Amino acid sequence: MVPVSYYLILSGILFSCGVIGFLIKRNIITIFISIELMLNGVNLSFVAFAAQWQHLSGQVFVFFVMVVAAAEATVGLAIIIAVFRTRETLNVDHVNLLKL
Amino acid sequence: MTPSLHLWLIPILPLIGAAINGFFGRRLSRQTVSAVALTFCGAAFLMGLYVAARFPSLELPHAEYLGHWIRSGNFMVNFEFYLDQLTLVMLLVVTGVGFLIHIYSVGYMWEEGGFYRFFSYLNLFMFFMLTLVLAGNYLQMFIGWEGVGLASYLLIGFWFTKDSAASAGKKAFIVNRIGDFGFLIALFLLIKHFGSLNFSQLFSSIAQQPAETAGVGLLTSIGLLLMVGAAGKSAQIPLYVWLPDAMEGPTPVSALIHAATMVTAGVYMVARSHVIFGHAPNALTVVAIIGTLTALFAATIGIAQTDIKKVLAYSTVSQLGYMFMACGVAAYSAGIFHLMTHAFFKGLLFLAAGSVIHAVGGEQDMRKMGGLRQYIPWTFMTMTAATFAIAGFPPFAGFFSKDEILARAYEANPAYWFIGVTTAFITSFYMFRLWFMTFFGDYRGREAAEHGHAPAHGHGHGGHGDPHESPMIMLVPLMILAVLSVIGGWVGIGGRFEHFLSPVFGEGATAVATEALSRSTEITLMVISVVAAVLGFYLAYVLYLKRPELPQKIADSLGGLYQAVVNKYYVDEIYGDLFVKPLVDGSTRILWHGVDQGVIDAAINDTADGARHVSDSARQMQSGNVRSYAGWVAVGAAVIIAYMIWMGVR
Amino acid sequence: MNPTLPVGADYVRILPEIVLSIFGMAIMVLDPLVDEKKSQQLLGGLGLIGTLAGLVSTWIMAQSPGFAFWNMVQVDGFSVFFHVLVIAIALVLILTSYEYMAVQQLRAGEYYGLILFGLVGMCLMSSAVELVLIFISLEISSISTYILAGFRRRSATSSESSLKYFLLGSFATAFFLYGVAMMFGATGSTNIDAISAALNSGKVPLLAYVAMALMFVGLGFKVAAAPFHIWTPDVYEGAPAPVVGFMSTAPKAAAFAVLLRIIFEANAPGRFWLIWLSAVLSMTLGNVAALVQDNVKRLLAYSSIAHAGYILVAFAAKPELGAPAVMFYTAAYAAMNVGAFAVVSHLANENERYVTLENYAGLGRSSPILAGTLTIFLISLIGIPITGGFFAKFYVFSAALQSNLVWLTIIGVINSAIGAYYYLKIIVVMYMREAREEVPVLPIPLALRAALALTLAATVYLGVVPGRMLTFVQQSAQQLLQAEHTSAREQVGNAAVPRATQ
Repeated sequence: MVPVSYYLILSGILFSCGVIGFLIKRNIITIFISIELMLNGVNLSFVAFAAQWQHLSGQVFVFFVMVVAAAEATVGLAIIIAVFRTRETLNVDHVNLLKL
Repeated sequence: MTPSLHLWLIPILPLIGAAINGFFGRRLSRQTVSAVALTFCGAAFLMGLYVAARFPSLELPHAEYLGHWIRSGNFMVNFEFYLDQLTLVMLLVVTGVGFLIHIYSVGYMWEEGGFYRFFSYLNLFMFFMLTLVLAGNYLQMFIGWEGVGLASYLLIGFWFTKDSAASAGKKAFIVNRIGDFGFLIALFLLIKHFGSLNFSQLFSSIAQQPAETAGVGLLTSIGLLLMVGAAGKSAQIPLYVWLPDAMEGPTPVSALIHAATMVTAGVYMVARSHVIFGHAPNALTVVAIIGTLTALFAATIGIAQTDIKKVLAYSTVSQLGYMFMACGVAAYSAGIFHLMTHAFFKGLLFLAAGSVIHAVGGEQDMRKMGGLRQYIPWTFMTMTAATFAIAGFPPFAGFFSKDEILARAYEANPAYWFIGVTTAFITSFYMFRLWFMTFFGDYRGREAAEHGHAPAHGHGHGGHGDPHESPMIMLVPLMILAVLSVIGGWVGIGGRFEHFLSPVFGEGATAVATEALSRSTEITLMVISVVAAVLGFYLAYVLYLKRPELPQKIADSLGGLYQAVVNKYYVDEIYGDLFVKPLVDGSTRILWHGVDQGVIDAAINDTADGARHVSDSARQMQSGNVRSYAGWVAVGAAVIIAYMIWMGVR
Repeated sequence: MNPTLPVGADYVRILPEIVLSIFGMAIMVLDPLVDEKKSQQLLGGLGLIGTLAGLVSTWIMAQSPGFAFWNMVQVDGFSVFFHVLVIAIALVLILTSYEYMAVQQLRAGEYYGLILFGLVGMCLMSSAVELVLIFISLEISSISTYILAGFRRRSATSSESSLKYFLLGSFATAFFLYGVAMMFGATGSTNIDAISAALNSGKVPLLAYVAMALMFVGLGFKVAAAPFHIWTPDVYEGAPAPVVGFMSTAPKAAAFAVLLRIIFEANAPGRFWLIWLSAVLSMTLGNVAALVQDNVKRLLAYSSIAHAGYILVAFAAKPELGAPAVMFYTAAYAAMNVGAFAVVSHLANENERYVTLENYAGLGRSSPILAGTLTIFLISLIGIPITGGFFAKFYVFSAALQSNLVWLTIIGVINSAIGAYYYLKIIVVMYMREAREEVPVLPIPLALRAALALTLAATVYLGVVPGRMLTFVQQSAQQLLQAEHTSAREQVGNAAVPRATQ
């Protein structure tokens, strides 16, 4: 049997990948996917902890998180489209009218 | 638990009136403005009567609590109202006389500009005065105290385009601030040492303390500081100088604020604080001395004034001195009794004087009046009642209250009594001087008008024909007050008024009073004061009616002394040289040029330049790039996680 | 989890949320059906009625305090306070928006619906006592605000603001969620009471520390506390002005409510220096950067960072002193800031053309009413007496002083002094500088008058008679802090045990 800590380390790695992806990628869609990656990392740790505490609740949380992530995705894509319409770019570095 | 009387309504009603007239008055007609002002003020009076009607069934003192106001640590101040016999007397005087003066003002101010402004201020004044009177703690009282000062300032400077009015308003405000400063420090001391400003709590904890008979202890200092406040508000030595100048305001204002109500707030405050003063006999002695001296001092100045309102102003100062004298010999109920009768007859005197001024087209100089009795009979009759009342002729109101004070003063120290009687004589003299100069002899106004004398302020009907009687709306309040000036003192016969107030000030003091003086002494004192009043009358009759050339001769023979009196003993000039000038010079040279421009401005300019540099660098964080923002968040998160891990493993 | 079905009382305890959702959905459904010209009045009016109904249902909810839905929701004075606060803010927002939406020529329907949905999330945040529910309600409120921030669709700045808010918001929320997961791992529960019990019995696991750090990242982002404040100026500058008034107060208040529950009720370990530093950074960065701003919206954004810092000062104080101070501050800040933004949105005019300091020159003459009200809000933001801002600061700093946080108080007071500069600058510009270009001032419509009157009344009320409010927040804070002791003992480390509804 795989110890719980392995899952947790994997979840940490996934989360960090998400963070790093957010920081280095320029395409808005990719950045957005990085966020999803972070959430999935969290989901993995929920499941792992559920197994550790022998609670079903941890697994139920995952469903909630997925639903929320889906809602966030729809809104996010809509916003991205709105930005694309006004700026005609998906490069996040070019979206910098507001500063200082 | 006694039922709630909704006491909060009483001050709030005039406030609503003030708000309506203040915000919308400009667009309303004069009729509407006066209707609003009278309705709300009248409603407050009706509430006062309702309270009086319910009074016998109340458990006293009756307190009504509205809610927390300030809470800081253990110190707490509430919105609360406090009703006892003293409050009731004040409440009825303020709302009743106030309402009459409101009615009168409608007629008096009808042709003035800023009609709505006037009534808005007047209602605002009522709000603050009632807050002061009904307050259940010192802080709430202080709010009212400051508020009436504000209303007074606004109303004195009502004709603000006139320089003298504007500066009189300022003077009143500044002198009052000096007094308020004393009051505030007294409050701070109370908070520090007793941790409360609530009347009931405070007085019950002070009552347990021993009286401070020697030296200046805590309670004595508090008492003295309270007296400083009272001296400012009630125009006592050395802070009386603002009141005569305050006569620049419209006459109804002088009647309401500077005679009947606001200036008596100091007396009320001292009476309210009788527990504190009771434990500080030294402070009480100071109160008595200040009161006695003020009474005499102001009365002597009153002799030589020629402006009808100025005479009344000094007379007010002098009468207030009587009230403080009463408080100073612990005869609080006598003081309050005189406060009440004084509100009637002095309010009436001012209103009648206003009616006279109205009649002669804005003239205030008595030398240009005379013989007015045939032109304005109603004003004459009411003014006569008031004059006899203030001079202390029986059975007019002033006789009873003044006699009461003098009797109690005699019992405390015959010196007080002696000065009091002397003052009574002088009072009678200058009041009848005013009476004779105004109403008897021949009308001297016409010649003056022909010499091209312009009326003092724009009543809009100056400089025309014969003096004329005022409209009914002004005369009715005069008549009501005249009746009160005659019969108002009768409530004091047989010590009934004192007995009514005794639950507030303690039964003991009253009992001592009635027994200490034998019947014969009492009657002797009474006779002496009546004789003093008659003498004053006679002297005025001789000098101003019989042989009008005499006063000038006497004045000439007195020379310097007379000049000193005419110039009010040069007190204003002395204050000017002693305090005002050094202050102005010092603040110009040192504070303005030196500190403000040299130090503060320079420092601020340098700091501002420095700050701009820092600020510029601070906003460089804001690059506008999402990824760099996320970088900040990630770095912040990393630092926090690292710190928390360190906390965890430690 | 628990086989029993929810009972009637459970629904009463989320009644405001239900009512607001129904109104929100009604608006969404009606939106395509009504004529565009009428939609403004009709749907806006419906939104207004919705908030009023929300207030009424909050009152009904307040009559039956206790737990609902298997201890996920708790109704107490604390949650009632924040319900009323955020709903009142939304009410003022709707009143302000009537005119704004018409001037900006925006279609209204969804806008009011989104406000109500966001409100549902914020209300739920204040009564949720379970971390996953908190996460969900946080997302409900955030998603609505993301869209609201970009509501001026045709404007590049507005959609950029929305995008930035969305990306960074999701980023921060992921941290929060990770924190929730870790807390679940550390204590075996996501119920705050149970967590508190677990953390306060014996040694605190390392995982709980990390969890706290992560949750603080997420919530710090929501309340715009340094170093997670960085999104605020950009987003506030681009978003529609009334929405900024809303965003800077209501979601913040709700996030502070969560922070209060987590930090004080759960007695979070190792928090002191974290909060101390964040408070100092927020106050200083916010105030210093605001000094040179000339866009009023951006200036107020920096000011809101500074105010978050002041509120955090109270978090560093003793719980029994800090919690009421926080609550009072959020209320006072809401009143003055929403009011200030109401004035800003009215002046902004079409396409938000007039939002720089320059445009405010001569306002004292051209519109004394607007200048006067804005002045009162600004002096309240400075913290001058007779306004709510004064007592808010006073209670925060006195709480800090009584907890012996002398340095923090000194830094806070210095910062207030710095802050006074840029608020006064606006006042000076309004009254003492001549207008260089003609800035049209539209007549003030009735709804906006009502909004200004309400916020002005609240600001002055809190500044003149704070007593009643203070008593209330002290009592609710008491309940919040006592909950920790009474309920925690009942159920150590087990969220699944249902508690008898009180």
